[in-house]
Amino acid sequence: MDYLDYVQMTKGQRAAYKIKSFFTGIPGAIGNLFRIIAYYIKKFFVFVGTGIKNYAQRFAQGDIGTKLSFIIMGAGNVFHKQIGKGIIFLATEIAYFYFMAVFGMNYLSKLYSVGVQLDDAGTMADGVIGSQRAITTTNLLGVPTISNRDTLDNSNQVLLYSVLTMIITIAFFAVYIANTKSAFATQQTIKAGKKPIGFIAEMKTFLDERFHVTLLTLPVLLLMLFTVLPIIFTIFMAFTNYDKEHQPPGSLYRWVGFQNFADIFYSNPMKSETFGKILVWTLVWAVFATFTNYIFGIILALLINKKGIKAKGFWRTMFVVTAAVPQFVTLLLMRLLLGTNTGINGMLGTSFPFLDDFMWARVVVIIVNMWVGIPYTMLISSGLLMNIPEDLYESARIDGANAFQQFTKITFPYIFFVTTPYLITTFVGNINNFNVIFFLTGGGPSPSNYYQAGQTDLLVTWLYKLTVNSSDFNLASVIGILVFIICALGSLITFNMSKASKNEEEFS
Amino acid sequence: MTNTKSSSDMQTGYAARRKAINTLVYVILAIMVVIWIFPIVWLVIQSLRGEPGISTSYFFPKQWTFDNYIRLFVEYDDQGNALAWSEMRFPFAQWFINTLVIAIFSCIISTLFILMVSYALSRLRFKSRKTFLNLGLILGMFPGFMSMAATYNIMEILGLKQQLFALVIVYSAGAGLGYQVSKGFFDTIPRSLDEAAKIDGATRNQIFWQIILPLSKPIIVYTALTTFIGPWTDYIFVSYFMKDNQMNYTVACGLYSMLGNQTISDYFTTFCAGAVLIAIPITILFVIMQRYYVAGVTGGAVKG
Repeated sequence: MDYLDYVQMTKGQRAAYKIKSFFTGIPGAIGNLFRIIAYYIKKFFVFVGTGIKNYAQRFAQGDIGTKLSFIIMGAGNVFHKQIGKGIIFLATEIAYFYFMAVFGMNYLSKLYSVGVQLDDAGTMADGVIGSQRAITTTNLLGVPTISNRDTLDNSNQVLLYSVLTMIITIAFFAVYIANTKSAFATQQTIKAGKKPIGFIAEMKTFLDERFHVTLLTLPVLLLMLFTVLPIIFTIFMAFTNYDKEHQPPGSLYRWVGFQNFADIFYSNPMKSETFGKILVWTLVWAVFATFTNYIFGIILALLINKKGIKAKGFWRTMFVVTAAVPQFVTLLLMRLLLGTNTGINGMLGTSFPFLDDFMWARVVVIIVNMWVGIPYTMLISSGLLMNIPEDLYESARIDGANAFQQFTKITFPYIFFVTTPYLITTFVGNINNFNVIFFLTGGGPSPSNYYQAGQTDLLVTWLYKLTVNSSDFNLASVIGILVFIICALGSLITFNMSKASKNEEEFS
Repeated sequence: MTNTKSSSDMQTGYAARRKAINTLVYVILAIMVVIWIFPIVWLVIQSLRGEPGISTSYFFPKQWTFDNYIRLFVEYDDQGNALAWSEMRFPFAQWFINTLVIAIFSCIISTLFILMVSYALSRLRFKSRKTFLNLGLILGMFPGFMSMAATYNIMEILGLKQQLFALVIVYSAGAGLGYQVSKGFFDTIPRSLDEAAKIDGATRNQIFWQIILPLSKPIIVYTALTTFIGPWTDYIFVSYFMKDNQMNYTVACGLYSMLGNQTISDYFTTFCAGAVLIAIPITILFVIMQRYYVAGVTGGAVKG
């Protein structure tokens, strides 16, 4: 269909066409998604392939020093008279192997069974932890082995240190590759008749050509330790039976494969039903919370910014003030204000179940969320409204467009176009909206057929409850992974679709 | 048909209609402001209420008092002696100091990290830059407190169990991921500035400190304010990391603990007083930084 076909259609046909193209766009967007994933997988393999090829080439063409540095790191640099750099490489290698020998290997070797587990009878018989004894262990395949150990391991430590060892190993591998590259590059420099760069001069590049290394090292290091490491650790937890009955050091956990995922999806009726209901509610909530705030926020901004309205600053500030008060304060206050016997009900002498009846509770959290969120949208769209070129409206007025038409044809498309990324982040933010639900209803009302959750709980507040109240760490991390997948898929698809719809923009 | 009306009639008709619409808008705005401000007013009024209890059957209290505010800081035993903070049922002053210390440290560390990372990702070109950006995006999509239990284990191993310093680490170690807003800002500074400085022989290090940072005052203020406010409003991490170690709570967690089933009827008005004390400075800070906030969230979108 081209432009001519489109303009010849009637209004109804145009609407039908738009709706149709929206839904036919979904498979395309999903297909696109797979294409992106495939692209990155391909890119990864190309990266590894060229890496290996270059590695082999460096070895083949390297001189003695370079070849030696494939085994003894830094040898090539020392051989080419870059003593300082060579020593640093060598020290890294020694430090790494020392670390592996005294620490890393020990834990990696235990990762297979996540720590050595005494059988139940053994633990109960003497209850002693830390004395040398013969311990029977079963590994993933259920094969028992007997070995002499002097400590009863802590699964948490084994898993955590193993992940740490893996991260350090990957980092070491990167340094190792850099070492071979550096040796070969210096060899080439000498071969070309130039003098290789000195240690001090090289250090100076960290303030200039390689300033990004200086800037990023510390933040990335801490990110690795306190964000990436815990996330990997948590992902591993999803494949263990780390729940309230398996709390190290008293009782260790072990690998259970995809059992937790199966539990949540079908094999455990209570958990899977809870999950299904919460998932549906989470999505419903995210859609409503995002769009109510968005539309009414824009309308509020329009009202305040309407020509002829005085004291714009005053109106804006009144709303900004409510947004500025910390959410835990306003939301806890709302909880009491809307309590069945307190607040408004107390003042009026009624007992209306704002938060105790589940349908009402769901409506109320969405409304209160509007109270929380509309000022933010107003604040953001106010700035954007001022950016819309005035002549657009002028020509629209000359063509006889009324205020409503101006809104639907100019204001809304413009703002929608500019704020699409914001809309996506808000949607993801609402899927993860802990505050509104937790402080307002606490997830309640909680019927007994929900597993550790209530009828207004979102996936994230369920995750919190599973972690804090019931110590079901394995289930909690399964939920975390699923939330991640939902958010990632959701934003990738909407991003793709908005890209596609931008081409269509020419039509309307 | 319109010929019968004079043009001044039309004008007054138009003006009247316009006035009517504006009046309607004023009425709508006024009603909305009342709805939005009502809970805040209720909070302040409750904090000044003399009668105990969760709620009253009337709006204005019969007895006005500042006792709720005083009670946050001083509590007396049966003999009328002032209790030490550690003996108080709810040591608000201690929480306030805790939060202030944590907020100052994490503000300094986070701001530094965020500026470093966003400068590198915005204005420097290096091979793995795209990879960093993508990884940042992916990491940001995990629920923030998903790995809370794992982080707690790490803190335990580091000997920081239930320590305030653990919270500083939690709030600032992940700061490297919060680069989007300031990266958007750095992107808007013309690159010709860097080029000119480079020709004059400045290193990238010098460009960062002497050219870009002095130009970035708004974004530094914004980053510092948001990272400073963060610890005052976080409940999740504090509640999980401190468990029942009340002396190391921050204000958000502490005030929440006042509303437990046992204490809510005695301490609700005190909670309101504490909430007012926290809300005032944060509201002022937020109102100051609102324009940076808008620029930050909409990013480069407003540029065009």
